Amino acid sequence: MKSLKFFGLGSVMALLLVSGCKPKGTETAVTGDAAERVYVAPGKYDEYYNFVSGGFNGQVNVYGLPSGRLLKVLPVFSQNPENGYGYSEETKPMLETSHGFIPWDDQHHLSLSQTNGEVDGRWLFANANNTPRVARLDLKTFKTVEILEIPNSAGNHSSPFLTENTEYVVAGTRFAVPTDDQSGDVPIESFKSNFKGVLSFIGIDKQSGEMDLSFQIEAPGINFDLSHAGKKKSGDWFFFSCYNSEKANTLLEVNASQNDKDFIMAVNWKKAAELVKAGKGRKVTTEYAHNKFDESTHTATSTMKKEVIVLSVEDMKDAMFMIPCPKSPHGCDVDPTGEYIVGSGKLAALIPVFSFDKMIKAIADKNFAGEFDGVKVIKYEAALHGEVQKPGLGPLHTEFDGKGNAYTSMFVSSEVVKWNIKDLKVLDRQPTFYSVGHLMIPGGDSAKPFGKYLVAYNKITKDRYLPTGPELAQSAQLYDISGDKMKLLLDFPTFGEPHYAQALPGDMLKDQVKFFRIEDNKHPYATKGEAESKVVREGNKVHVYMTSIRSHFAPDNIEGIRVGDEVYFHVTNLEQDWDIPHGFAIKGAQNAELLIMPGETCTLKWMPKKPGMYPMYCTDFCSALHQEMQGYVRVSPAGSNTPLIYSLNNKKDNAQSPVKAGETK
Amino acid sequence: MKNNSLKKITRIALVFCGCALIVSIFVPLWSIYLTAPQYPEGLAMYLWPNKITGEYEIINGLNHYIGMKTIQPEDFWEFKVLPYALAFFALLCFLTALFNRKLWLFITLVLFLIFGVAFMVDFWLWEYDYGHDLDPTAPIVVPGMSYQPPLLGYKQLLNFGAYSYPNVGGGIMFGVALILAILAWVEYRKTSAT
Repeated sequence: MKSLKFFGLGSVMALLLVSGCKPKGTETAVTGDAAERVYVAPGKYDEYYNFVSGGFNGQVNVYGLPSGRLLKVLPVFSQNPENGYGYSEETKPMLETSHGFIPWDDQHHLSLSQTNGEVDGRWLFANANNTPRVARLDLKTFKTVEILEIPNSAGNHSSPFLTENTEYVVAGTRFAVPTDDQSGDVPIESFKSNFKGVLSFIGIDKQSGEMDLSFQIEAPGINFDLSHAGKKKSGDWFFFSCYNSEKANTLLEVNASQNDKDFIMAVNWKKAAELVKAGKGRKVTTEYAHNKFDESTHTATSTMKKEVIVLSVEDMKDAMFMIPCPKSPHGCDVDPTGEYIVGSGKLAALIPVFSFDKMIKAIADKNFAGEFDGVKVIKYEAALHGEVQKPGLGPLHTEFDGKGNAYTSMFVSSEVVKWNIKDLKVLDRQPTFYSVGHLMIPGGDSAKPFGKYLVAYNKITKDRYLPTGPELAQSAQLYDISGDKMKLLLDFPTFGEPHYAQALPGDMLKDQVKFFRIEDNKHPYATKGEAESKVVREGNKVHVYMTSIRSHFAPDNIEGIRVGDEVYFHVTNLEQDWDIPHGFAIKGAQNAELLIMPGETCTLKWMPKKPGMYPMYCTDFCSALHQEMQGYVRVSPAGSNTPLIYSLNNKKDNAQSPVKAGETK
Repeated sequence: MKNNSLKKITRIALVFCGCALIVSIFVPLWSIYLTAPQYPEGLAMYLWPNKITGEYEIINGLNHYIGMKTIQPEDFWEFKVLPYALAFFALLCFLTALFNRKLWLFITLVLFLIFGVAFMVDFWLWEYDYGHDLDPTAPIVVPGMSYQPPLLGYKQLLNFGAYSYPNVGGGIMFGVALILAILAWVEYRKTSAT
């Protein structure tokens, strides 16, 4: 994306030189009452939760709208030292893949679960672009509860997009690659024969939300960029934007921009699912991780799966079609009625809008222009509703307001353009600062957009915020779209680099978990009361069954640990009260600290390297006596026979609290 | 003899009081409600005739800073007695209505008033005990400070505002006492008038 930045910046500069005038300043773009409209008074809540992709940091960032205040950073694909996600023994399995433990990723797109095409506030799905993965977050706890690796893929870009009743989440590969059962150790020269573009359809359990890789489609070896499912009448279909129909494999900047038209690929997922049910498709041996977080044991498990069913182009001949689309389409967006599919040829000077009805008719009439690697290509005009003429430069993404209008981000000309879906007339344009990538209207890709705000997520922020060295913050800009003309209200910095985002009304997430009931804690090392606290040695492993409550740990002192021991601190937070987490940290820990929610058990593995006295303490200011929430671990040299003892809290004997002997198994 | 019997309306009211007292066995008697800056949503505790509900575990957790004893339902012998006491007074109301004698009404009133006063005194003693019998090794010791919650109404205790007021059951007890007193007064006046 860095290269795109420079491309965009260059273009902006070029435009400036050509036009010879300065762009309109932001000051004049903001209307007088903007501050009032984004002001959320103390004690009041924002109207919307805005879930913004974390880009390089692999996380999901939650902002409030309209204030633009950062509410939370949710760890998904990256370790998070703040709370031990990916470091604690319970959460390490979440980041397992067939390539081993991968504690980072490049998070691009988000999708909120839907019912009847409308957002329903149950789950949020997130993609990992680099090592292909799809995650599911539970919006009751704001925790990542499941991560599924995607085999036969590379660059999980056209993901995660959902069908209108959350039946499937899709993961289309960006890079064409040899499938996992073929050796990838082949010459790049053999690209055209060996490389395939695989689309994955992940089934979602209606009740639990659990994901299961139902089947894959081995499409031609082109690059899949973005996707969206149809809705209502087009609900059985998925649409993917494809680039590099040239199948070039070097200097794609030039070589993949040769054809005047690339494609939107239309896939009838319902038919594909029926084909799989009927026994079509081949079983491909592969390896992919399925990681699940169990909320009753507070523990994740990772299972390696070995097989996947893959449908071929031949299997899909009546259920998969190509629609020509002007060069290098990026966004592929379906309007709330399900009738119009907007492709954004990011190198084209127009926006093609396709009609679902026309596409179906063209298929029925066999109105084809030919085939592409065995996939029938519908005639461009036969599927075309019309083209938006001169919309701006570099159209990327389109969202909808539910009132018949579409809003497209223009990367090169740095603006958001509003146009009418039916007559394709441009209605309004507003500058962004600068180089807008994705944009988002709450519910704007669903059948029911809320249509009040639009947020533009920009790549370049020169002159927007206090400079922070060579790397600047990235930015989001909030527009009021309730009137005829868009009005810029606010900009706020975001983590780089924001891609697609989702938003829903705050009211929808009122039913949230405030603490975990200690009675329901099924963690095998849970300590459900101070009386159960203990220290147990099993060979060179020492298990500390520890509790935390305002404002002490039990036990608070441990002796008899030796260099070479693996010490597992299983800390249970006994609090049953909202917003009272406790932290746990120990000197010399090479992984992280823990942040344990009320009623939860978390485990930190600690391997002391040298003898000494090691303080441990609570890291989250929990009460007036937080600073007193501390203790010591005495570490003796390897092989020494210091008895394993620990002290429980006894206020009657301040200097020398009673000590208990640890157990040995 | 006629002088000694009750008006019809009195007998109906007695049956009503009896029924209300039966209801009071199955609803909370008293509420204690705490607010503090860090508890904007408040913490509630409900005293029933036979149990304590609400967030008393959290209140216990907070009370340990000042060395207050933990509130444990099994410590209260009253929970074994109160449901029967209330049932007894319900029965007494029914019997008074059935026997239709003024003397019974006066006895019922006096016994119930004694019970009510004893209840409040007992409640106050518990509160006194919790508020004053503090652990001397407590982390927070404010010289001269006690933490007795109010019997009725509001009191500020350090950072906590404590409210204490009757819940449905307590309301019924007050209501029954009031109705019995009015009935007794009306019946007494009827006697003196003749």
